[in-house]
Amino acid sequence: MDAPAPTVTAVANLHYAIGGRTIIGDLSFAQKAGEHLLLLGASGVGKTSLINLLTGLATPDKGSVSICGEDMASLPGAGRDDLRRRTTGIIFQTLRLISALSVRDNLRLAQLLATGSVDDSKINGLIDAVGITHRADARPRQLSQGEAQRAAIARALVGKPRLIVADEPTSALDDHNAEIVAKLLLDRAEEEGATLLIATHDQRLKAYLPNSMTLQKAA
Amino acid sequence: MVRLSIAYLRDRPFTTLLNIILLGLATATLIILVTVSTQLGTRIEKDARGIDLVVGAKGSPLQLILSSIYQVDAPTGNIPAGTVDLLRRNPSVAQVIPLALGDNFRGFRIVGTEPAYLDLYGATLASGKMNMKEGEALIGADVARVTGATLGQQFVGSHGLGSGEGAGQHEHDPMTTVGILKPTGTVVDRLIIVSVPTVWHMHGIEHDHDAEHKDGEAHSHEEGHDHAEEAKPDLNDLATGGERTEMQADVTALLVKYRNAMGAVSVPSLINAQAGMQAAVPAIETTRLLSFLGVGLDAIEMLGWLIAFTGGLAIFVALLNALDAREKDLALLRVMGATKGSIFGTILVEGLLTAALGAILGVLLGHGVIAAAAATSPRLQELGLNAFAFHPAELAIIGAVLGIGILAALIPAIRLFRVDLTQILARAA
Repeated sequence: MDAPAPTVTAVANLHYAIGGRTIIGDLSFAQKAGEHLLLLGASGVGKTSLINLLTGLATPDKGSVSICGEDMASLPGAGRDDLRRRTTGIIFQTLRLISALSVRDNLRLAQLLATGSVDDSKINGLIDAVGITHRADARPRQLSQGEAQRAAIARALVGKPRLIVADEPTSALDDHNAEIVAKLLLDRAEEEGATLLIATHDQRLKAYLPNSMTLQKAA
Repeated sequence: MVRLSIAYLRDRPFTTLLNIILLGLATATLIILVTVSTQLGTRIEKDARGIDLVVGAKGSPLQLILSSIYQVDAPTGNIPAGTVDLLRRNPSVAQVIPLALGDNFRGFRIVGTEPAYLDLYGATLASGKMNMKEGEALIGADVARVTGATLGQQFVGSHGLGSGEGAGQHEHDPMTTVGILKPTGTVVDRLIIVSVPTVWHMHGIEHDHDAEHKDGEAHSHEEGHDHAEEAKPDLNDLATGGERTEMQADVTALLVKYRNAMGAVSVPSLINAQAGMQAAVPAIETTRLLSFLGVGLDAIEMLGWLIAFTGGLAIFVALLNALDAREKDLALLRVMGATKGSIFGTILVEGLLTAALGAILGVLLGHGVIAAAAATSPRLQELGLNAFAFHPAELAIIGAVLGIGILAALIPAIRLFRVDLTQILARAA
């Protein structure tokens, strides 16, 4: 009999407010390893705030966030930085790559920060896998939206994370590119053994991730 | 993170280059200033060492010092050669070295003097003989290098003290190079040393052969040439008050060393009491000279620091302008696992790298300019500038420029350090 899959994400009774306004009120969910989850919600329901909480960039007012069994609240700032570096790859809608570095150097830096070393064969393999080999030495400003998002996926995966958190990864893309990116995310997550959590208002993604949850505006 | 800093600098090459050039110019200006003023000060001090008083014709005491010790100005005139004996008989005087000037060879001054002058500057032979018989010349190291003079070679002096001056040459009185001197790092390197009678002979001045030519050689200056008329424009025009218009056994100046402290009191007053003569104290005149120079040097130093601070300001503005774009990169770096400290360091390293490159450029530029100037300007050659001598103060200048670079980056780094990451991420979402 197979051992039960470990819990990658555990959010319990989460409350978060900014300037007295409640952004997230009493949110709970969990993800086992390999259980990809789509968090759907309109603008302003707190998707980005939730990602900040999941990655330890923000601290909840109430409730708890655990990543790979470690409670964020119990860790100091440096500990949260370390947990994020070891476990999580993050993809944003527009914040994709370091502007002064080439695609390849972005991946090198991300891998160095995540693992402490650089493995060029792994980097080249990922660049090849996301289909931007011909743009590997280009600067971010020289890339199209779709190319940049594919490079960002490669960057998020290069540190071999157990969790990939994506904030609106396809919202700025046309249907064709949105499909490419969605499939790529799923394929690469499967390939790398990572669990995927996507927060978006982009309903097109429901076609690729059947396991979804809708976020409601906090009361 | 250093590679990331380099990547940011390369990402805006023109701004980076401009900042490096600004700091390079500042560093170069300050290095040129330090090098020139230090070497000038050392040279002034070295050339005047062992000389307590200079005696010469009335006029500007500074001019007398410049022409007699540093060989860079026209003499104030001539004084009777008898003054030498007058001073040598004074019990407070330890040494009197006469100088007879008026001619040059390819711009290098011919100085009629005595062997004690060479001893004063520790001059020794590189080749040949240390002879100063009439018609024989010892060549300074720089003179030999520039003119290519060799032992046994004959040459004729020209009227005047610099190349291009004077009306003609002493073609009837060629001198023979009998010795070439080793470099001394003093004024001697740029001089052609002959005996005082050799100068007198060139200018048709009769003198006491027995006294000046101890080897008993017979000399006659009456056959075939007459220097009296051609010499007048050089020597007599320099004489004061028109009192010494006849060709007499004159000297241009006397370098005097006291035997005791009484000399400093009695000898100047004795000389200044003589008509047409003055006594100038090198220590006083060089202090005056350095104070005149000091005003100019202070102004250049201020300009150098002003350029340095402009460079610092340019780095500050460049980093501040880049902050908006950098905020997003900072957020991404933090998300990728970089610590706040390492990001803070990245900004500081950027400022430091710009300043370091500026400092390197400045050192190369500063010494390069000195080398080029010393190679092309006869005036600077006379000062004996060495472009490859490094002064400890240069380390302080480099340190200050690096400090400016760090300081310029500090405020943008602190601002970035305090940025609320979640707000940037919210804006980017």
